[in-house]
Amino acid sequence: MQQPFRLADVGRLGAAAPVNFTFDGKPFTGLTGDTLASALLANGVHLVGRSFKYHRPRGIVSAGAEEPNALVGIHRDAARKTPNVRATVQEVHAGLEAVSQNRWPSLAFDVGALNDAASPFFSAGFYYKTFMWPKAAWERLYEPFIRRAAGLGVAPDQPDPDVYANRFAHCDVLVIGAGAAGLAAALAAADTGARVILADEQAETGGALRFETGAAIDGRPGWDWAKAVTADLAARDNVRLLTRTTGFGYYAQNIVGLVERLTDHLAKPAPEQPRERLWQVRAKRVVLATGAIERHMVFAGNDRPGIMLASAARTYLNHFGVAVGRNVAVYTADDSAWLAALDLKRAGVGIAAIVDARSEIRGAHVEEARRLGIECLEGHAVTATAGRLRVSSIQVRPLAGGAGRVIPCDALITSSGWTPAVHLFSQSRGKLAFEAETQRFLPGTSAQDVDCVGACGGSIDLAQTIEQALEAGTRADGAQGRRATIVKDVRGEVWSGGMLGTAETGTGVKAFVDFQNDVTAKDIRQAVREGMRSIEHVKRFTTTGMATDQGKTSNMHGLAIAAEMLGKPIPEVGLTTFRAPYTPVTFGALAGHSRGALFEPVRRTPIHSWAQEKGAAFEDVGQWKRAWYFPEAGEDMHAAVARECRTVRESAGIFDASTLGKIEVVGPDAARFMELMYTNPWAKLGVGRCRYGVMLREDGFIYDDGVVGRIAEDRFHVTTTTGGAPRVLNHMEDYLQTEFPDLRVFLTSTSEQWAVIAVQGPRSRDIIAPLVDGIDLSDAAMPHMSVREGTVCGVPARLFRMSFTGERGFEINVPADYGRTVWEAVWAEGEKRGACAYGTETMHVLRAEKGFIIVGQETDGTVTPQDAGLIWAIGKNKADFVGMRGLRRADLVAPGRKQLVGLRTKDPNTVLDEGAQIVADPHQAVPMTMLGHVTSSYWSENCGHSIALALVAGGHDRMGETLYVPMPGGAIAVEVASTVFFDEKGERANG
Amino acid sequence: MLLIHCPYCQEDRPELEFRHAGEAHIARPADMAALSDEDFERFFFIRSNPKGVVFERWRHMHGCARFFNAARDTVSDRFLKTYKAGEPKPDLGGEGR
Ligand SMILES: [Zn+2]
Repeated sequence: MQQPFRLADVGRLGAAAPVNFTFDGKPFTGLTGDTLASALLANGVHLVGRSFKYHRPRGIVSAGAEEPNALVGIHRDAARKTPNVRATVQEVHAGLEAVSQNRWPSLAFDVGALNDAASPFFSAGFYYKTFMWPKAAWERLYEPFIRRAAGLGVAPDQPDPDVYANRFAHCDVLVIGAGAAGLAAALAAADTGARVILADEQAETGGALRFETGAAIDGRPGWDWAKAVTADLAARDNVRLLTRTTGFGYYAQNIVGLVERLTDHLAKPAPEQPRERLWQVRAKRVVLATGAIERHMVFAGNDRPGIMLASAARTYLNHFGVAVGRNVAVYTADDSAWLAALDLKRAGVGIAAIVDARSEIRGAHVEEARRLGIECLEGHAVTATAGRLRVSSIQVRPLAGGAGRVIPCDALITSSGWTPAVHLFSQSRGKLAFEAETQRFLPGTSAQDVDCVGACGGSIDLAQTIEQALEAGTRADGAQGRRATIVKDVRGEVWSGGMLGTAETGTGVKAFVDFQNDVTAKDIRQAVREGMRSIEHVKRFTTTGMATDQGKTSNMHGLAIAAEMLGKPIPEVGLTTFRAPYTPVTFGALAGHSRGALFEPVRRTPIHSWAQEKGAAFEDVGQWKRAWYFPEAGEDMHAAVARECRTVRESAGIFDASTLGKIEVVGPDAARFMELMYTNPWAKLGVGRCRYGVMLREDGFIYDDGVVGRIAEDRFHVTTTTGGAPRVLNHMEDYLQTEFPDLRVFLTSTSEQWAVIAVQGPRSRDIIAPLVDGIDLSDAAMPHMSVREGTVCGVPARLFRMSFTGERGFEINVPADYGRTVWEAVWAEGEKRGACAYGTETMHVLRAEKGFIIVGQETDGTVTPQDAGLIWAIGKNKADFVGMRGLRRADLVAPGRKQLVGLRTKDPNTVLDEGAQIVADPHQAVPMTMLGHVTSSYWSENCGHSIALALVAGGHDRMGETLYVPMPGGAIAVEVASTVFFDEKGERANG
Repeated sequence: MLLIHCPYCQEDRPELEFRHAGEAHIARPADMAALSDEDFERFFFIRSNPKGVVFERWRHMHGCARFFNAARDTVSDRFLKTYKAGEPKPDLGGEGR
């Protein structure tokens, strides 16, 4: 077993089984329970990546979720290639394949490192200042260059084959973080009988007890206590314990988002097992026990592989049994790093020196270090480091001045103190308060039912932490219950100290504040010099804290350096907003099951299966699948549509119009309500008659249209556009409930209740006549635009005589369940008479030949009835309707508005592109004066030439004018014409 | 996700069931035809969009389908009160500030 830095009899993995994994193709062995980081360190590997901007060699900084540097790709198979995985979070498993990122051709020799040599050009604000003009260069030159030069991992190139689960949960107490504080809070809450959820992002509970060897609770080592409490909690029915579960977002009214990672640590997950599970937990009370995050020291060359946080080195030692080096130097301004040094020394690791930026430090740890013969340099700073791919020495200088010296080492551990992890508290909209003495932002006023306990609440004393946690856990029940839980004999480690920013002023060349975004102290100083005053501006200018780690280790340093430059106290410079997610969350977890076929419901008509059997091509219209055209053998779309168009006008066609929106408007005041909702007059519309209705918004623009039939004095059968049904009903309900609540009207959506079979063409009446009972179909008895109730094939039906093709036509409405049966009967009759089935494309062409608009195609929310040539649909003598006043607005009656016209291309075979712009002068220089655009355009088989509808400025006054449609191949000449291309007198619908 | 109290259902239900419907207490003038341009502008275009308490309409779309009114603090996102359509603006006391 080649793990040269794994120490015998140290750590907790001792007897664990070895696992084989690879890093950049090279085989390694680790132990079950290792993270990728600990396993690599056990093998002496520190260099794991290249930095984002300068491509500097980088190593492992932390032992947790805050890791800024050690991002790797994890490749499980061809489709499962996850980029930007923190090596400190990923657990090793047999066959794990990890690869380094952002390097070429290899990690040790990377061409992009030239950026480092060129770094004076990449200073703060570089991107903003350099890549400004011309705009087009962004697309072609700058962005591809920046993306290549500055990068993270590569996104997978195949769809994600994994499944992701999603659960909602409710509980009395949600505890985030299962360190000493979280465990104690959960225990106290569980003892009151409350329903508890306890979540921790690590594979195991215990938090900082993983490395705090000096902690003892209930008379046993802290870790042992944590394991015992965890086992106790896991066995209780009222507790749900979630490990590998990150609380990533805290939302309104105590909803917390958790992501549980289920398979990333497994060698062979079961195929049906979800990879992650999103929990949306609503808790009566939330206890945050999220701990604190150690900060690194900011000094020149602080980013070399082998330089890491003291707590990380301590975790690798005390938990994983891994020494981060053989001759470790320490640079700190906080006592906690001394404890790390002592643990390392006792485990047999050489300590090159402890350099502390503070002078006159006292305490047991100092005495112990001296007693162990460690060189202690107080009031000193590390001013430089050396070593190409791994730190090999540090340069040390007294802060008071004087000569420096070089100390060889193979690792350097640093600490500048601890930042309480107030992220979730801040997300909960709690106010943070700055404690000047310790230079920390701590939870202040809560906005929700939340407690912060332990290190995230500012406690630095374990006994106090446990006390707070028990208190919060009990209170969390909401009951006045007495505290039942007793925890005795709490002894913690005591440390103090900490600093922000740099120990020496003026340094900053390659003194990194933010490792992941390659932001140095110098960059932040420069941002202030260039006029950035608020931390939000400094952040955007330098990109500090904007990487995937969101500056967990760096934000306070950046803030302090900016504050020092500005000569202001830290709170006045401000704190950047903490935003969800706390750590990156996969899109898979957020999407859950809502993907593929489950992303959105697919709506099919009752006649869908028939069209499918006939080999129809389908198109998506909103959620609907609609038959697009019905190709016969050897036909392409053009041929099929041409045939369908011809057949409808020569004989007849049958069309599935079931997707039309339908609303039943019923009640004594139904007609009055219709008068208000539509521009048309309804009061005098006879029972059994139909009318084309136009619906406006209050601003006068067309909102929807459709044919409305009056079934009875108090009952209207309203149709809407296919996509418009829900919003039209909402619009009607809104007015009915809130503006006209006195009207006695009921609205019911009947879109899915009726199957609608349109039979259009000269022979339509012959086709339906044998099937209809109880209705006189003669022109005299049932003229165009009328509606009758009767039976079709013995099924109760509403039969409309109406036409969206300009031909004599009927629409048969039958209960949806009878749709296919009636359709087949109609089809059988139609076949005898040479009819065809037609789809939406033919429907579009035929209606365009007649100049009938489609709302949403000819209109775009800024078109009035007058613009669309529908002025006739406005009731002249109406006192009120929605949109009436809006229509009178000055701009809506001004000359020069875009109006709907027909266009005929000079070359009858040219079919214009829908959406193409229209100009008067094709030779005008760009930008040209655009008069409007083509809204609909088709080849018209019946006319023998192309047809188009268009919105053109002042179009109604341009009849006969020649305009142009500029296209890449040259301008196309068109003549402005009537919107009606076929049967201009409109005789065919009646005859 | 917010919990919203529907004044018709008399229940706290998740935000997913509701749809926002714009500012409340903007009555459609009875004499629309006589409305001046300025009055129409005020009625149709001008919205208060305050930082703080806003009176707004919601619809319990996937529940009882009723429109109702709510007083909500746009800073804290907290619902101070919900009430039925047509009822006057509630007195929020100290909460309204
Ligand atoms: Zn309701």
